[in-house]
Amino acid sequence: MPDFLTPLWTRFCDKFPEILEATLETLSMVCFSTLFSMLIGTLLAIWMIITNPIGLNPKPGVYRVLDFVVNLLRSFPFIILLIAIIPFTRFVVGTSIGSAAAIVPLTVAAAPLVARLIETCFLEVDRGVIEAARSFGASTWQIIVRVLLPEALPAIVLNVAVIAITLLGYSAMAGTVGGGGLGDLAVRYGYNRFQVDIMVYSVIILCIMVLCIQGICNFLYKVLR
Amino acid sequence: MITVSHLRKSYGSKEVLHDISFSVAKGEIFGIVGHSGAGKSTLLRCLNGLEPYQAGSVVVKGAEVGRLSGGDLRRLQKDLGMIFQNFNLMARKNVYDNVAFPLVLWGANAIHDRVMTLLDLVGLANKAKQRVTSLSGGQKQRVGIARALALNPEILLCDEATSALDPKTSSSILDLLADINKSLHLTIVMVTHQMEVVKRLCSSLLLLDGGQTVALGSTEDLFLHPTPAMQNFVSDEFTIIPGGVTIRLHFPRTIAKQSIITRMARTLDCDFSIVGGKLERYGDDVFGVLIITVPKENADRVQEYLDNNHIPYQILPSKENDA
Repeated sequence: MPDFLTPLWTRFCDKFPEILEATLETLSMVCFSTLFSMLIGTLLAIWMIITNPIGLNPKPGVYRVLDFVVNLLRSFPFIILLIAIIPFTRFVVGTSIGSAAAIVPLTVAAAPLVARLIETCFLEVDRGVIEAARSFGASTWQIIVRVLLPEALPAIVLNVAVIAITLLGYSAMAGTVGGGGLGDLAVRYGYNRFQVDIMVYSVIILCIMVLCIQGICNFLYKVLR
Repeated sequence: MITVSHLRKSYGSKEVLHDISFSVAKGEIFGIVGHSGAGKSTLLRCLNGLEPYQAGSVVVKGAEVGRLSGGDLRRLQKDLGMIFQNFNLMARKNVYDNVAFPLVLWGANAIHDRVMTLLDLVGLANKAKQRVTSLSGGQKQRVGIARALALNPEILLCDEATSALDPKTSSSILDLLADINKSLHLTIVMVTHQMEVVKRLCSSLLLLDGGQTVALGSTEDLFLHPTPAMQNFVSDEFTIIPGGVTIRLHFPRTIAKQSIITRMARTLDCDFSIVGGKLERYGDDVFGVLIITVPKENADRVQEYLDNNHIPYQILPSKENDA
């Protein structure tokens, strides 16, 4: 090993436990917030596709309200949302500090985005197939569960990648206000203590995560299509 | 089986169906014909409750469709199979699963046997596990037909079922529909803009234009003795020679056309030229059509002769009159 690398290697070994911990924190924040936001967002999207004026059981009034709320939540800059909902976060997890607490604002931020993306996936499903299902007497719920969700599944999987990668970015922000994770590590060492190498490691790990998420989702898309 | 009376439907302030009345008997093949945008598909969708209507009545199997909702409507829809111009199959599923879909929805028993019987009927038993995206148009429509028949409906609604297919495939699909009509005693309502389809399959038809009934009656009557509106719709593809009077003659199978026309020439001692001729299928029957031009001065005598011999004919408008 060249001499100039030795101190870097030593520091990497030295900080490895911290880097590993931060990686796991980031992973758990992203995984759980993706999971929760997908659940909440999909339910919202189903509600929207039912009430949509061109939906399964149009209720334009209800749709307008849902549409407005989704737009409103999406227009909040994440860093503001993070701080604004601290009381809610405390109410849900009992604290506003740590990775578990960060999952709440991450979910709240991503759910409306999920709702919008999945609504679009539903709207892309061939109207004719839905009409065919109705023509032989399928109920609204049967159409959602047996037509819309299965037909939209490949597109939904691709959108999971979009959501997870967006949340990976958000999680770095959440990290700096007490959430932990790789973003927090990068700022603490790289920015505050001028240890650029640690910041570089964090960024490399984040890049690898992005590539893995996109790769897995692309693979699933190909399988499902 | 189906009785529609004084049906009116509008989207907002625009009325798309004006005062439509007709009825379809059990086991009949009924055609709803018209140009694009005439309201044919909308009318079809009023029959199985996919579209609501504003006034009049649609009675299917004794029930007023507009008054049904929820489970009652869905049970009626179960008795009304439907096939579509664009097949409307689930792209991600294979042939088997598409056909099984209605059966799964209704929690039917012995689904496998039923699906295989249906695939046999439409001639696709060997393609059961193929993705529908890998099928040709005709095969996709066969899957559509199998799916529509899955729940043993009494009525089959066809929305431009052959319009997206090439003539040969379209013809095989029509044969299949005719077979099903006979073997399963199925009532079929077909929406189409293709006159060939109507002539070949339908025993009666409703001609729609701009949401209004312009003709209603048995197919044979309407083609052999067309009203002006009907004539507009079935205009011939032959170029009419200017000068002289062009006459379209219809020969039922019972009349030997060769001798009639040559005898006419001899009896009247007049010349005529043949513009075109063809054989047309009306249901199981074959009719000959011959279009001739006779000099103006002989037109009256020719008409008199045709009247006396009971040969159905029409005088076609000449190009000069149009200009």
